[in-house]
Amino acid sequence: MSDSSSPALSAVDLVKTYPGARGKPRIRALDGLSINVQAGTVFALLGPNGAGKSTAVKILATLSRPDSGHASVAGIDVLRDPNGVRHIIGLVSQKASSDPMATARENLVLAGRIHGMSSSSARARAADLLSRFALDEAAERLAKTFSGGMARKLDVAIGLMHRPQVLFLDEPTTGLDPQARTELWAEIDRLSAHEDVAVLLTTHYLDEADQLADRLAIVDHGRVVVEGTPEQLKAELKGDTVQVELATAEAIPGAMCCCRGLPVCATSPRLVRAFGPVPRVVPARCRPCCPRWKMPTSRCRR
Amino acid sequence: MSSALAEAATSTPELPARRRERGRLLQHSVYLTARSLRTLWRQPTFAAMTLIAPIIWLLLFGQLFRSVVHIPGFSTGSGSYLEFITPGVIVMTALFSSGWAGTVYIDDMNRGVMDRLLASPVRRGAMMIGTLAYQAVTTVVQTLIVFGVAYISGARFRGGVVGIVVTIVATALISVIMASFSNALALLLRQQEALIGVSQFIVLPLQFLSSAIMDTRLSPHWVQHVARYNPVDWAVVASRQALSAGTEWGAVWPRVGFLAALAAAMAWLATRAFRSYQASI
Repeated sequence: MSDSSSPALSAVDLVKTYPGARGKPRIRALDGLSINVQAGTVFALLGPNGAGKSTAVKILATLSRPDSGHASVAGIDVLRDPNGVRHIIGLVSQKASSDPMATARENLVLAGRIHGMSSSSARARAADLLSRFALDEAAERLAKTFSGGMARKLDVAIGLMHRPQVLFLDEPTTGLDPQARTELWAEIDRLSAHEDVAVLLTTHYLDEADQLADRLAIVDHGRVVVEGTPEQLKAELKGDTVQVELATAEAIPGAMCCCRGLPVCATSPRLVRAFGPVPRVVPARCRPCCPRWKMPTSRCRR
Repeated sequence: MSSALAEAATSTPELPARRRERGRLLQHSVYLTARSLRTLWRQPTFAAMTLIAPIIWLLLFGQLFRSVVHIPGFSTGSGSYLEFITPGVIVMTALFSSGWAGTVYIDDMNRGVMDRLLASPVRRGAMMIGTLAYQAVTTVVQTLIVFGVAYISGARFRGGVVGIVVTIVATALISVIMASFSNALALLLRQQEALIGVSQFIVLPLQFLSSAIMDTRLSPHWVQHVARYNPVDWAVVASRQALSAGTEWGAVWPRVGFLAALAAAMAWLATRAFRSYQASI
């Protein structure tokens, strides 16, 4: 890094493998992932399921240990001093993380107390967050009665309770209806104004990363394939895309052959690679032009 | 920037780190115990069942096996079968409800609560103590209720208050042992059905290979032998001795001591099982 202050979050060459099925080799969830997140910014990890986004979050949030590589949060090494890291991070995991049998307020106060806040400052902070996330009226209701959107807002509020320096948001809007999604986006967007917090966000959605992130990295097969600001990456794309899913990775060369001449393929093969077996970039006019293109002609015409 | 840190650091700057750490462990344990008790309080049906089940067992078993006291050689210590079986039912109740202890962890794992706590400054030890203390508190309440019902049904315990206190301590210890086992299973198996299956599989033999409902001197020799190493039997024998007229304290203290040592060892081992859970996520 060129600047002298340490970044809010840094991961260097993270490798993590999990045992495979019996007799199969180990699964490489992370294969040399490196990222840097500056304080006060939102950084998105974008990629398909199984790309390694959540594994990266788990390592940075001290839940899981990498096989090799280094990671630090605000200059504190996650492997050498996990407890130090736990004081300054907030984790909003993929699953709902509130206690269903406690009210919204109780959830928040307990989260604050656990982080060493006094009873009065935890209550004040909880009241503040409840009104900011428009949960005042539901404050005394049990979390299990919350709708998906409200529960997710409560999860984020719980993660912010102790004013963390880094907040992890693992797929915050997956499963939400469009309105709840827009509302949550607005809250996340406002975070940087209210809290001096760096956010690491994982998502499947290009529009979500575009909307929220200052910088984003496209992750696949456990490594960062492309990184930049949303504007930089869009400039590479130059215009609209049509999405098509291919069943297997073998179809990629054929598909690329088919769409030869279209601007996307020509200018940005990196993006095509980034999405591996699920390329989002595809032929507007599909013609069987290439011997390796296995798709039957009839289906192709349609 | 991080006010939580600043607060923790400025409020007690003179305390040595080790003591502050221990204070925080205790504090976190209290928060988490309170959380579980609050949850129980909000599930009145479940709470009622927890309290009613032992009453039914006491009355049912007390009636069903009433005549076994007439078998030559059966020693009740003092009086009726109801008095004999009361400590047995108390220990059985503790075993059964503690066998379910791990389900709290499973619920927390199925939601993101477990991950959130593990990524917070809460020590694994506090997460363990929180559930064990909750289990011990419910066990104490259950025990007092069974004593009340036994008294109303005519049982009289010569051991008096001391006997009741010893019974409560021994029962709380066996419930901590079983709850630790259940928690460890939850962390290793991470599945509700597997947890319940295994713990029920363990609970019944432990109970029948003890003098909970039957004087083991009338059982086959091997049962007597096994019972001697069965912690459930330690708890039953210690309680029954303490409740009887001529308490042999030499039979009580070593058993209570073994129970305490085993409870501490099991809680420690169960806390280690968090590593296995974390390796799996």
